[in-house]
Amino acid sequence: MKNQGCNLSPGTKWLGKWNRNPYRVIKKIGEGATGSVYLVATRAGQAAVKIGENKLSLTSEINVLRHFSKVQGNVLGPSLLDVDDIEISGESYPFFCMEYLNGDSLLSFIQKKGTEWAPVLLVQLLGDLDRLHREGWVFGDLKPDNIIVTGPPFRIRWFDVGGTTKIGRAVKEYTEFYDRGYWGLGDRKAEPSYDLFAAAMILIHCIHQSRFEKPRDNKNPLEFLIKQMNSEPSLRPFKKVLTAALKGKYKDAQLMKKDVMAAIENRSGFERQPVSSPAPNIKKSRRNRTAPPPRKIREKSKSYRVEIVLTASFLFLSSILYLVGQWM
Amino acid sequence: MSGGKIRQILLLTDGCSNQGEDPAAVAAYAYEKGITVNVIGIIDEGAGKDHGMKEVDEISKSGGGVSQVVYASQLSQTVQMVTRQAMTQTLQGVVHNELRHILGEEREMEDLPPEKRGEVMEIVDDLGETVNLEVLILVDTSASMKPKLPMVQEALADLSISLHSRTGKNHFALFLFPGKRKDADKAADWTANINELTGTFQRLTTGGVTPTGPALKTALRYFEKRLGKRSLKAYEARDLPIEESGM
Ligand SMILES: Nc1ncnc2c1ncn2[C@@H]1O[C@H](COP(=O)(O)OP(=O)(O)OP(=O)(O)O)[C@@H](O)[C@H]1O
Ligand SMILES: [Mg+2]
Repeated sequence: MKNQGCNLSPGTKWLGKWNRNPYRVIKKIGEGATGSVYLVATRAGQAAVKIGENKLSLTSEINVLRHFSKVQGNVLGPSLLDVDDIEISGESYPFFCMEYLNGDSLLSFIQKKGTEWAPVLLVQLLGDLDRLHREGWVFGDLKPDNIIVTGPPFRIRWFDVGGTTKIGRAVKEYTEFYDRGYWGLGDRKAEPSYDLFAAAMILIHCIHQSRFEKPRDNKNPLEFLIKQMNSEPSLRPFKKVLTAALKGKYKDAQLMKKDVMAAIENRSGFERQPVSSPAPNIKKSRRNRTAPPPRKIREKSKSYRVEIVLTASFLFLSSILYLVGQWM
Repeated sequence: MSGGKIRQILLLTDGCSNQGEDPAAVAAYAYEKGITVNVIGIIDEGAGKDHGMKEVDEISKSGGGVSQVVYASQLSQTVQMVTRQAMTQTLQGVVHNELRHILGEEREMEDLPPEKRGEVMEIVDDLGETVNLEVLILVDTSASMKPKLPMVQEALADLSISLHSRTGKNHFALFLFPGKRKDADKAADWTANINELTGTFQRLTTGGVTPTGPALKTALRYFEKRLGKRSLKAYEARDLPIEESGM
């Protein structure tokens, strides 16, 4: 089943069949259902090449990347550098060359850096989705596996755009856990709310650090998902946003993004204030935190440390939010 | 622009046929009539994937379709994927024939430069979105399938979500085999709503026989009845909404 293309050893060189561009394999960096991905050296420096499993396998993905490459700014996916065929032992396989995204997968990044990153990255994701949707596309197969965090400065980027679908059509590629159809919470029509459902599931997954199974014969999957959220204290501030996204209430990513940002700010125990004067906020948040009796005993003993962490993350978040705001 | 139609038989079974003619032969005949046959082989959790499933592969190959062998728990995603892939395969065949008319006998789609290949694929995608689809679902309900039927039911509901998200129209019919007295019984007539079909699984026949060949024949005959005397070669290019531009 697997072709030779899956196993080009480091140092292998080839010339594209049509465009005659030279490539040299540095190492293999990934393998998926549709092909294998290599880090390569090209005339213009390092890049990533994806070689198709069979003759037609990458065509849709390339079509999508082609459309994206006509869009200004190129944040909609890795930029497309070349499309060609490679000959391996007499057989020809399609490949394309794209920008190499150097970073950690979403889940391993969060594991390393802490779950407080998850909502911040979600804000970034929602900004990108908004732009994608405005271009008339829905990502479709949105999941942590298809998201990488590059940097610093840390920034999410997505790849594997093979499932990207024009708005109004049927989503063809999806992964059950992130698919609203699977959870009985909607159809597979490509519309912004389809991606927003997946985005909500990604946050739940990132903070849970694991995927859970859909129980068989479950009459009310929404209730089940809400229960999952409740079982995770750090998800509580986001319960309202996430529930709305799971129900398909958000018509566009911008609206959800606003609510996620509001939830981040509330969670940190501060009110909206100009970001330039964070000092008084900290005091206030400290007072607010100590005033009500702690919900759990365990929380109490840790509360001092929690405060420091909170203060630090607030300072950090406000600068991130500021940057994001500037950047938008 | 409309009027293009794809016709498929989707066979779900967990074992080898043991009665009547060779199902692969019936499938080959169906294909000649413009109906592709796709097969999903369901195996028990823990069993090896290649266990007794040669027949599944043979039927789908002869029937111009797609097959997949899976555990019952993976049915949902598989059923919709197989149906999709088979559609794409059929449409690629159509577009391919069309291309030959334009480019001459020797050109295969794979021989086109990448850019042209992409354009062809977009046409296939467009067709897959808008084409009307008729699927006759044929479910093996012999004794060993009994515990798997709730999963089959769920998978069919899931298939309907996928297909109804398309722009094109869908029609489904359901046959169960072995039938009470015949090789297969019609459980539901052509309908746009798959959920109407799945209520019928309660009614079960038990028995050791699996007359897959004869059941396929019954399904094929029923399909033909629907087509009436009209052209059976509906899969040919002229019936499909193919744009001449862009090729
Ligand atoms: N531009 C890129 N830069 C760096 N790494 C990449 C890039 N594109 C892909 N990869 C790596 O290669 C792996 C496989 O890529 P991709 O997900 O596109 O393959 P796939 O065949 O579509 O897989 P699947 O469909 O099973 O998810 C990814 O998990 C990722 O680690
Ligand atoms: Mg992937």
